[in-house]
Amino acid sequence: MSHGDYTYQPKNAFTKWLDSRLPIIRLMDEAMLQFPTPKNLNYWFTFGGILTFMLVVQILSGVVLAMHYVPHETMAFDSVERIMRDVNYGWLLRYMHANGASMFFIAVYAHIFRGLYYGSYKAPREVLWLLGIVIYLLMMATGFLGYTLPWGQMSFWGATVITNFFSAIPVVGPSITEWLWGSFAVDNATLQRFFSLHYLLPFVIAGVVVLHIWALHVPGNNNPLGIDVKGPADTVPFHPYYTTKDLFALVVFVLFFSYFIFFNPNAMGHTDNYIPANRLSTPLHIVPEWYYLPFYAILRSVPDKLLGVILMFSAILVWAFLPWLDRSHVRSAKFRPIYRQMFFILIGVVWILGMLGQQSPDGNFDFYGAELPISKVILSQILTIYYFAHFLLLTPIVSLREKALPVPESISKAVLAKKSGSAAVPGAARSPEKRV
Amino acid sequence: MTLKVLLGRLVLGVSLMFAASPAMAEGALVAKHPEPQAWSSDGVFGKFDRQQLQRGYQVYKEVCAACHAMHLLSFRNLSQPGGPEFSVAQVKALAASFKYPALDDKGEPIERTGTPADRFPSPFPNDVAARAANNNALPPDLSVMTKARHGGANYVYNLIIGYSDAPAGFSLLPGLNYNEYFEGHQLAMPAPLVSDGQVTWPEGNPPATKQQMAKDVTAFLIWAAEPKMEERKELGVQVMIFLTLLAVLLFFAYKRVWRDVEH
Ligand code: HEC
Ligand code: HEM
Repeated sequence: MSHGDYTYQPKNAFTKWLDSRLPIIRLMDEAMLQFPTPKNLNYWFTFGGILTFMLVVQILSGVVLAMHYVPHETMAFDSVERIMRDVNYGWLLRYMHANGASMFFIAVYAHIFRGLYYGSYKAPREVLWLLGIVIYLLMMATGFLGYTLPWGQMSFWGATVITNFFSAIPVVGPSITEWLWGSFAVDNATLQRFFSLHYLLPFVIAGVVVLHIWALHVPGNNNPLGIDVKGPADTVPFHPYYTTKDLFALVVFVLFFSYFIFFNPNAMGHTDNYIPANRLSTPLHIVPEWYYLPFYAILRSVPDKLLGVILMFSAILVWAFLPWLDRSHVRSAKFRPIYRQMFFILIGVVWILGMLGQQSPDGNFDFYGAELPISKVILSQILTIYYFAHFLLLTPIVSLREKALPVPESISKAVLAKKSGSAAVPGAARSPEKRV
Repeated sequence: MTLKVLLGRLVLGVSLMFAASPAMAEGALVAKHPEPQAWSSDGVFGKFDRQQLQRGYQVYKEVCAACHAMHLLSFRNLSQPGGPEFSVAQVKALAASFKYPALDDKGEPIERTGTPADRFPSPFPNDVAARAANNNALPPDLSVMTKARHGGANYVYNLIIGYSDAPAGFSLLPGLNYNEYFEGHQLAMPAPLVSDGQVTWPEGNPPATKQQMAKDVTAFLIWAAEPKMEERKELGVQVMIFLTLLAVLLFFAYKRVWRDVEH
């Protein structure tokens, strides 16, 4: 399977003419068709394509929603309901967009944890990783701004709570908050600027995605073994190998997405957001969207507002230092027995922090209906400390001390070793005559 | 200081995320868990029962509409597919039984008769009037009620027939009514369904017991909150079938493309 000697050849007069003026077809061909990709990528590597698809879904559904949506405090709620009731397939657009945001975040979390497991943040992919963090932050901002738009109770009070974070900044905090509001409280001016920014940011994301993919194409993909590609025997051209695999994974993902759109469209939302915003009535619990919950729990774990806000933002910013905190030269957790366990513990910790963010802050922790004998405040403090310790202490120490398992020499060697270990070769069994 | 500034300061001052949830903490009465009911609209193939929606509309119109608006609904919705499906003639006659303010060609205020395009009329001209008539509590708009409460339709059903006498020692505030399904166990709405036969349905319908009326009006509210539900589920079934087949085909395409590659 060699394609290393392949280069794009314009075939007809037009493509030849274009190629010497704007080699855009060559760019596409090299980046998307012929791009040599490690042949051992598993399904965790399909989320990049899924994320790109979800960004397009959000932009397309959003642009059409914006044709019908009215960003005004007295009309926003009813305009969304009008979309649901009177616009042809408006309910579909709205449910696609609202659930699409959740799907986008499910995919991005799978993508990020994939990176943590296989060491995709390490050299030479640090810039790729940093751009990913920028995209994630922009997504957080976009999701928050969008959630404000239907102007229900959670929209309004969520916006109030989150913009109030900035008032914790010493001296200039209150002025910054008023500047964000465009007023002295969250009101119509806030809604209008949030709409404008909600429309804008996805296009900024699209721009950073281009940089992200560019930064991917310089070093090429990481892979489950975390070892460098040694030659053409280790790779296959992106098309048709990964186009078919990614497309299959995408359709399975869309199947999951469709279940929510068509059969459980409000499962990821909050009932209070079907109550129109009312500044005189504060909901019992103000809960952000599920994708912010672990960070919300970190915020609430400390009794000091400023410290809480700093910790919350640091919880994401700490990822940016990971390429330099992790000193191990082995990328994949497959060959790092201790780091591998730390990885799964981290997932558990983030999950429980998410549950804590969902529950009201007082009383004991409720673990799926069972009340554990530990107060939520204490538990969230322990887990917050562990979260930061994972990145700032355990990762550097373990990366220096841990004895990694032997890493295979090359992707193709590892693949062959695995194959000869197993009795049946699936492809061969089904169609032996087609084997080369 | 203007009201807005005052409000702004207030919101700023209350550092919301650290405030413990207000009422719940001090052993306030938590709402009883609503008994789940079977709704014909449940499930992947769920559909509304037209007769039930028609009866439910009648309960809304003759009982609840005395206090509650449903401003997101128009009479025309009552004849559209997937709803109560009254005939167009029925809807026209129904709408014509209501009067709406309008202007004549000299700009003088007059009253005109309603048309199917009109929204359901609201019982009160504004919130102040609504509160004044209801012991200072505002009867919420019911248009999206079943989506706007925890427990949804089951909550609404249990609430409207869940009234009972307050237990000894319970301090019921004046003008409030005892109901275990409501957070805090007292609310301003008096029991809306008080006797069997409160509503007279056309021939051929089940007897108008309290349970039946509650059930039917709740089914009507489920539909009202989501008039396109049947369309959504029907399309959903088709989309799921299509995507499943597509996924199977793509899986085999993927396996075929990769058959010569050791990976
Ligand atoms: C006499 C006026 C009146 C009538 C008639 C009435 N309601 Fe109410 N309703 C109220 C008031 C007032 C409230 C607000 C209660 C409160 O907040 O304490 C209310 C609240 C509600 C709520 C919301 C409870 C909550 O969780 O906040 C629902 C649901 C409801 N009513 C349904 C109905 C239905 C269905 C009917 C018809 C069968 C009906 N109501 C008839 C006055 C009325
Ligand atoms: C990164 C991509 C995007 C994300 C994550 C996102 C997220 C969201 C969310 C969470 C909501 C609230 C949905 C609800 O509860 O009803 C929303 C609403 C909305 N968004 Fe977006 N959005 C994105 C892109 C866009 C774009 C590009 C546009 C416009 C061009 C747009 C226009 C709207 C409009 C008009 C609404 C209000 C209607 C509604 O609430 O359903 N969105 N968005």
